[in-house]
Amino acid sequence: MRKAFAIAACLALSLLLIACLSACGRSDEVLYVYNWGEYLADGSYDTMDVLSGFEEYYEELTGRSMKVYLTTFDSNEDLYAKISGGTSRYDVIFPSDYMIDRLRTEGLLLPVNIESVCEKYGAECYYEYIGEDFRGLFYDPDDEYSVPYTYGRVGIIYNCTQVDEEDCTGWELLWNPKYAGRILQFNNSRDAFATAQYLLGIDLNTEDPADWKACYDKLLEQKPLIQSYVMDEIYNKMESGEAAIGAYYAGDFFTMLEVNEDLRFFYPENTSLFVDSMCIPKGSENPENAALFMNYLLSEEPAIECAEFIYYASPDALVFENEDYQEDMGEYVMEVLYPEDFHFAEELNVNGMRNLSPETLEYIGRLWEDLKISGGLPAGVYWTAAALAAVIAALVIYSFIVKRRRARWY
Amino acid sequence: MKAGLLQRAAAAPHIVWSALFILAPMVFVVYYTFTDGSGSPSLENITRLNAGNYLMILVNSLCMALIATVICFLIAYPAAFIFSRMKKKAQRLAILLIMLPLWMNFLITTYSWMTILEDTGVINTLLSALRLGPVHMINTPGAVICGMVFCFLPYMILPIYSVMAGIDPKLIEAAADLGCSPAQTFAKVIWPLSLGGVISGITMVFVPSVSTFYISQKLGGGTFQLIGDTIESYFTGTAVNYHFGAALSLILMVLILISMAVMNRFGEGEGGEIR
Repeated sequence: MRKAFAIAACLALSLLLIACLSACGRSDEVLYVYNWGEYLADGSYDTMDVLSGFEEYYEELTGRSMKVYLTTFDSNEDLYAKISGGTSRYDVIFPSDYMIDRLRTEGLLLPVNIESVCEKYGAECYYEYIGEDFRGLFYDPDDEYSVPYTYGRVGIIYNCTQVDEEDCTGWELLWNPKYAGRILQFNNSRDAFATAQYLLGIDLNTEDPADWKACYDKLLEQKPLIQSYVMDEIYNKMESGEAAIGAYYAGDFFTMLEVNEDLRFFYPENTSLFVDSMCIPKGSENPENAALFMNYLLSEEPAIECAEFIYYASPDALVFENEDYQEDMGEYVMEVLYPEDFHFAEELNVNGMRNLSPETLEYIGRLWEDLKISGGLPAGVYWTAAALAAVIAALVIYSFIVKRRRARWY
Repeated sequence: MKAGLLQRAAAAPHIVWSALFILAPMVFVVYYTFTDGSGSPSLENITRLNAGNYLMILVNSLCMALIATVICFLIAYPAAFIFSRMKKKAQRLAILLIMLPLWMNFLITTYSWMTILEDTGVINTLLSALRLGPVHMINTPGAVICGMVFCFLPYMILPIYSVMAGIDPKLIEAAADLGCSPAQTFAKVIWPLSLGGVISGITMVFVPSVSTFYISQKLGGGTFQLIGDTIESYFTGTAVNYHFGAALSLILMVLILISMAVMNRFGEGEGGEIR
């Protein structure tokens, strides 16, 4: 009886689930958005939900109902694997500069045509508010395939209770033996090598193996000082005070600052820049809807919501010139995100990370592995493992001997 | 005839499933291993295995997994034995408690272990409060092994427990009646009968431990590399190379298959003898 009840309950639950899932699917149009994690105001943490906002906007504009599905990725390489695989359907993707370059040259993007689409649907086009500094960047010289969404630079975050201000001069802070065991490094070969390249004054996009080897030596020298190689774990480790120094994106620093007030930030003289843009991948079934979505994200309210949520600088004049936004962000944030005499386009076209040849990428991958493996495990691990293996082998042999002996009695 | 048809029909979904999700991926792994970027056959990926540090990485992974498996076994075997001797109701509760961590995603449990083991984490805060001083744990092989043990322990306990629970108590009584000391009863009756469970437990812990990448990344701080990390980096890292990643996976699979075959032979001999 109890079993029957349990089965009935399970069935009812699963039916309910199926009903829910299928109920969600009833709309005239669908849009598949593929974005970085936590890179849109989606209604969490008391923000506006821009996805349902777009659904309303779309219905007002065209009279058709719309459903937006959001999926997330956590590296450009993941995104590339999905898009180049060609099996998944997305309408709007958010790759970074060098990845746009790669996708574009491999013919994996569709032109955006945001202005003509807006005209066709009679929508106000917000593309004109994109700052001059973000037109014609190296990855998309004719602005045909991408609409910039956010941009920023890498800086160094440190905990002022643990680090002396006078040591914070530049990238050498990450090599300062005074802070051994409290320094974080990127767990991503390209970004980690970049820190060494800035320190050594080597071009970021060099194809010369000797240059990469020099950086490798520098990173090897740094390894004993490193607490962890991290990506998103940096939030946890900096916020809790576990680590004292780490390089990361300016916008993310403010998220950490909300939790730990002792954190400070500065830009070294040379540092990585990025632009994350919205693109339409090949295979999108409705590029016009995708363009409308981009246009909506550029309009004042959603753009400000998103910019305030993710704390990254926005190329949209409706955002950075808005007084409420400036007030919400505060003077310090505005100063860090939008420094006055800084010409982003110029810097990016010179210093931006570009796609490298497969040979170089492979060489970097190999150096990265060498770096990780150098030093090996503590000898204790090998000794323990060897001892255990010996014990197990002895047991196996012993049992075989016993078996043999007994077999004689049969 | 009718039953045969019915049986076959009932088995069909399983066969389709296995073919699609077990066999097909294997075929792809083999295909990628023996082809190069342009799709023509090549042994380049295999020969490249000699070039780098892959042997070292593999040895490191095997050592870590071996230690984790043995620790799991040492914890799980007595636990399973005690559970199997408890009252039925208590047994059910105990097994439920063992399964409980499995209901949480293991990525989340690993992440929590990070905050537990950190220098400013839960354990060290407690130790400092008790004046026992902070002990450095995170980013050491010990932390990674601890993570492996925690994540995979249920897979060791459950098979051993289910075998132990199936041992007829009469056999143990008979052994005692025939003059076996408790130690002899264990060595000659309980151990051989539970060996099947032990072997499947070892397989179920060793295999995921040797190929894990998430645990070593989070609890090892990315300061050392296991074979799982290396394979992952060839599929999602900067230098994506499915072919070489597949070759590494294939080597790992072959190694695991060989060790499993050896283990199974060892188990078979013992079990067969008792019957």
